[in-house]
Amino acid sequence: MKMRGLMLSAAAGALIGGAQGAVADELTLCWAAWDPANALVELSKDFEAESGHTMSFEFVPWPNFADRMLNELNSGGQLCDLMIGDSQWIGGAAESGHYIKMNDFFEEQGITMDDFLPATVTGYAEWPKGTPNYWALPAYADVVGWTYRKDWFEREDVRADFQEEYGRELTVPETQAELMEVAKFFQGREIDGRTVYGAAIYTERGSEGITMGVTNTLYNYGFEYDNPDQPYDLAGYVNSPEAVEGLEFYKELYDCCTPPGSSDWYMSENIDAYKSGQVALQMNFAFIWPGVEADPNVGGGKSGYFANPEGPGGHFAQLGGQGISVVSYSDSQDAALEYIKWFAQPEIQQRWWDMGGASAMKSVVEAPGFADSQPYAQTFLDSMAIVKDFWAEPAYASLLLAMQDRVHDYVIAGNGTAKEALDALVEDWTEVFEDEGKL
Amino acid sequence: MSNSAIERAAAATPPGVARKIRGLSDRAIAWIFVGPSIFLLLAVNIFPLIWTIRLSFTNYRVNRPNAEVQNVGLRNYERILTDTDIWETMQATAHFLFWTIALQVLFGFALAWLINKKFRGDNFWTTVIVLPMMLSPAVVGNFWTFLYQPQIGLFNYVVGFLSGADPSSFSMIGEVSLAPWAIVIVDTWMWTPFVMLICLAGLRSIPTSIYEAAECDRASPWRQFWTITVPMVLPFLMLAVLFRGIENFKMFDLVVQLTGGGPGSTTELTSINLKREAFEKWRTGYASAYAIILFVTVFGLASIYVKALNKVKER
Repeated sequence: MKMRGLMLSAAAGALIGGAQGAVADELTLCWAAWDPANALVELSKDFEAESGHTMSFEFVPWPNFADRMLNELNSGGQLCDLMIGDSQWIGGAAESGHYIKMNDFFEEQGITMDDFLPATVTGYAEWPKGTPNYWALPAYADVVGWTYRKDWFEREDVRADFQEEYGRELTVPETQAELMEVAKFFQGREIDGRTVYGAAIYTERGSEGITMGVTNTLYNYGFEYDNPDQPYDLAGYVNSPEAVEGLEFYKELYDCCTPPGSSDWYMSENIDAYKSGQVALQMNFAFIWPGVEADPNVGGGKSGYFANPEGPGGHFAQLGGQGISVVSYSDSQDAALEYIKWFAQPEIQQRWWDMGGASAMKSVVEAPGFADSQPYAQTFLDSMAIVKDFWAEPAYASLLLAMQDRVHDYVIAGNGTAKEALDALVEDWTEVFEDEGKL
Repeated sequence: MSNSAIERAAAATPPGVARKIRGLSDRAIAWIFVGPSIFLLLAVNIFPLIWTIRLSFTNYRVNRPNAEVQNVGLRNYERILTDTDIWETMQATAHFLFWTIALQVLFGFALAWLINKKFRGDNFWTTVIVLPMMLSPAVVGNFWTFLYQPQIGLFNYVVGFLSGADPSSFSMIGEVSLAPWAIVIVDTWMWTPFVMLICLAGLRSIPTSIYEAAECDRASPWRQFWTITVPMVLPFLMLAVLFRGIENFKMFDLVVQLTGGGPGSTTELTSINLKREAFEKWRTGYASAYAIILFVTVFGLASIYVKALNKVKER
């Protein structure tokens, strides 16, 4: 009797479930703990209402994000159903089977990568790079850019001093050389009775900070990761004379124009220095710009934004940002894919931008009026057009740690020369690729 | 009453089980008691050690479960022992160990000696002094980064006030020459109370009759200190050095919070370096070899030290 009752209930449940669509699931989305994550929590409430699934979130602060989440993936953990993982993880996650491949799903649902900015597709979704194998949907477009104190730049006394010192008007830097001049000009200057400094730049040692800052400069001096015609051929590209010049520039910028004690700064320290009025210029990812605009001290027109200035070897900026993937160890893959389908809708992407997220969808960022939608929107577009990214190889962590070590040792500790640092980096990277069987 | 309880328990034991137990030797019963502990020891300590030794001869990477694992012989060991960067981290660790232990012994003993002189409020001051070691190393690391901040840090301000230097003219955790001392200062601040407590226990274990006898023999306080106090506290002090040595050899959290191993690799201790190899680069085989080398080093040094400690105790 009891068994019969249970069977009847199950049959009724199946009928109701069938009528309503998929059974409600509980999804966990893993990402870094930062402002955009809070916006995504708000945005996802619509998905919960629409789908009946419930969402929970696991956000980890940036310095521990890679450690925590890569441990989770490598151990086959089931904490995360959806992962907004860093762009450099894509190679390792694809080859180790942490993410599910999404080509078939995209095809079934009519989601096409042509709808997204090409740089974000290459950076966040593809592995191997340049092939149509997709492991993520571009979720958050980000790039290293610059914020400056527009109110200081507009002051007559400051402009007059700059004119006198450099024989030109104080304008937003368009070249790396101009960036250095502006940073030097503000270093140690008294503004409203307070000593201010030139620039807050990335110098962090523990995770990826100084590498993101250094590459952002090196690209503009002609640094290449390898020979464009022969992959993994590093010598003469990583340590080219142009790359050496770029690294020397970064060290000079650190030595001359940063606040005292900024030897281990990354995103949050730079934000704090800028918002507290310590620095005139701030290097940081674009994700901070909505927060700067909303800040009572530096927002509301007091700040301006510019793309990473051009250098003698070209005009580039370091790519940030992430794609959203479905974790292969998840028991709720169908519901997770449902979330991605929902997230890929143009109107949701538009709301994502409106709420402070950074959409990578063309229909959003190329819409008429987008460039004027926020004070930083045009700079965001300009920056996204010039991006380059770090290695996304499965061994990216070894490549990253080697670069962290070598450039921090030269730029911050002042050991050796730029040439020696990059020569040593070539040796380290060669060893990594030999271990990987790629050389 | 107890006899009846035993009788009841015996009566309740099934005859088959009772027969079996009755037939066991004392040795077998002893094995039954220690067996679970030995099993746990094997499972938790010995098996992982043997497994680590096995992995150290391979190119295994835990993040590539599907990749073929190859035997690489002694290659991992050879690469570690010939890597100049690793020798630099060993040097940084040795510097950290030597200076933290030296300063903690010096200050710990001095504080214990002072506290041992009974004075009003000595218990209160003992509590105040031991407060730092009650804090979490991560918290200590974090707030010392603020104390060392060149623009707002109290440490820089005090040094500037005493020396006349501009507080923002030096960065304790940002300069190669100062960063190793920055971590030594913090560890000394945090763990000197531990050494003090052990020394205090040693000082309070010395019978006053010995000092009284020495005074009858007209021994000066200086002579009493060197011939009574120091020799009798020495075993305690050596024990404290052993504990601090082992702890500081694996120091991680405090230094990661303070300097992250920088500037450059100036404060990258072996434990930080090993963690990066094992859990950031995921070179499991290589990191296993590294761990075995460190284990042999610590085990060897600790064994020699314990022998010396036993000799001192026997005196």
